[in-house]
Amino acid sequence: MAITLSGDQAIPGPPLSSRLTPAQVWGIVLLAPYLLVFLAFVVYPVCYGLWLARAPANYVALYNDPIFARAAVNTLIFLVIGINIKMLIALFLSGFFAQQRTWIKWLSVIFILPWAVPSIPTILSVRFMLNPEWGMINHLIFSFTGDDGPNWLNDPTVALSMAIAVHIWKSLPFWTLILITGRLAISHDLFEAAEVDGASWWQKFRYITWPSMQTLYVTCTLLSMIWTLGDFNSVYLLTGGGPADLTHVLSTLGIRYLRLDQLSLAMASIVCAMPFVLPLVYFMMKRLSR
Amino acid sequence: MKLPGVSEFSWRDVATEARLLLIGIPVFLWTMIPIYHMFLFAISPKEDAFSGKLWPDHPTLHNFEIVFKQQHYFLRDFYVQFWNSTVIAVSVGVLTLFIATAAAFSISRLKVPGGRTVLNLALFTYFIPAAFLAVPMYRTMGNYGLLNNHWSLILAMVTIASPYAIWVLKQASDKLPVELDEAAVMDGATTLQIFRLVYLPLMMPSLVAIGTYAVLLAWNEYLYAFLLLSNDREITLPVALGNFLAADDSPWELLMTTGFIYALPPAAVYYAFRRYMVGGLTAGAVKS
Repeated sequence: MAITLSGDQAIPGPPLSSRLTPAQVWGIVLLAPYLLVFLAFVVYPVCYGLWLARAPANYVALYNDPIFARAAVNTLIFLVIGINIKMLIALFLSGFFAQQRTWIKWLSVIFILPWAVPSIPTILSVRFMLNPEWGMINHLIFSFTGDDGPNWLNDPTVALSMAIAVHIWKSLPFWTLILITGRLAISHDLFEAAEVDGASWWQKFRYITWPSMQTLYVTCTLLSMIWTLGDFNSVYLLTGGGPADLTHVLSTLGIRYLRLDQLSLAMASIVCAMPFVLPLVYFMMKRLSR
Repeated sequence: MKLPGVSEFSWRDVATEARLLLIGIPVFLWTMIPIYHMFLFAISPKEDAFSGKLWPDHPTLHNFEIVFKQQHYFLRDFYVQFWNSTVIAVSVGVLTLFIATAAAFSISRLKVPGGRTVLNLALFTYFIPAAFLAVPMYRTMGNYGLLNNHWSLILAMVTIASPYAIWVLKQASDKLPVELDEAAVMDGATTLQIFRLVYLPLMMPSLVAIGTYAVLLAWNEYLYAFLLLSNDREITLPVALGNFLAADDSPWELLMTTGFIYALPPAAVYYAFRRYMVGGLTAGAVKS
């Protein structure tokens, strides 16, 4: 709803045109292509989707669908546990990569690879590594212990953890890179002064690094949570939602309903996520549009 | 340097170095294993690939030959799909650049009324998870009669890429001094001349970053591509890779070979433009 309201404000009405300078006319002409794209491919789909999801019966059906409840819980686990682990590792690694060493410079070039390559082939590669019969991991387990390895993707908890691991593998470089930028922005004098005073590693982190980075860290965590809600590939390509539809997250569940031709259910499941998404989005917009 | 002798000092160095290596080696392995595994499959004959060896007994380029000669059921449209991916990625890059540069110029330099609102709307779109928008987008494209047409994917990707593009370009153009525009106006330049002769050349580094961003986004996209395109000769490479899984006895060594070929161009583009990407994109991605 908010979208349509402000969308109307964005387009200046015709009476204004007589008072516009040539530069402003050009301004409107140059802004028009984006506005058209926005109206045709954001406003219209969103309104149409909300209209499809209007019937209360959809929400009753969702409430009665155990897969939906499971997907909601999985999404929460993915966001609350997965993202926080990822960001803590990124924070730690940003300190590692800020070290001035030639080999660390080279490692940082390699480290960015998961971010630079498309996710489909790499996720499928992990999927085969986890194959219980032919996968490399279970082959290694067998050759070291003589026992058969676990059937990784057949246990919902393990499968979801693996999807989280794949997500971390893919997006850790990006967040580490951003936190490195934050770390390098801290004045070096502070660390030198702390060194002279004999501060420990932990004290330097606690009293210099963290205070300068906490805003950036929290912003990154929230932004990553919003984006991870839309992470379809990590779950879909690794587990396909299985076993028995127990590892779905909201983004894959929406597509599952869509493929089953239950479009209104798909939209309803997305609408259910909005009370959690919109406050985060609002908060991020406040932060970024200062 | 304060008091300890030389030997003690270097011992401390060794300990620090060892601790760094203790982090560095796992980081290296963690990063490389899935990629190495893909490469390993690409150079292994089927028997070696499925035997879980860390290096094939008979490394071969035969898989690449099969892919390039399209000698498998799943690969019969490889070149067409590669071409589809290329055309769509380049179109998304060009269209996004056009739309976003025009919008950023209009908002930042011409101070068009309502520009601030449009920027906020764009930012809002940027934060909607793409997988959520995919559901209504699919239906919308159906209503527009664009399903199974490359335009549906191009337009969808432009919709997703342009909010961030506008935002980054707007930030970059705010940094250009106003005096430049004023001087050009004094010299009698029209708005379009300012755009073409003053604005575009100065924005070049950001434009390269945004163009690269949009091209890679479109090349790498899986979800929208697989929803919007389904005909074997219309789909892009990632969708074709996903289709390999349809069979029970998928030729994984060919899947990984194709995946490897598919992953090379974006990796090359990324490293070629890394200088622009890191500066232009990370600075814009999160403003602390």
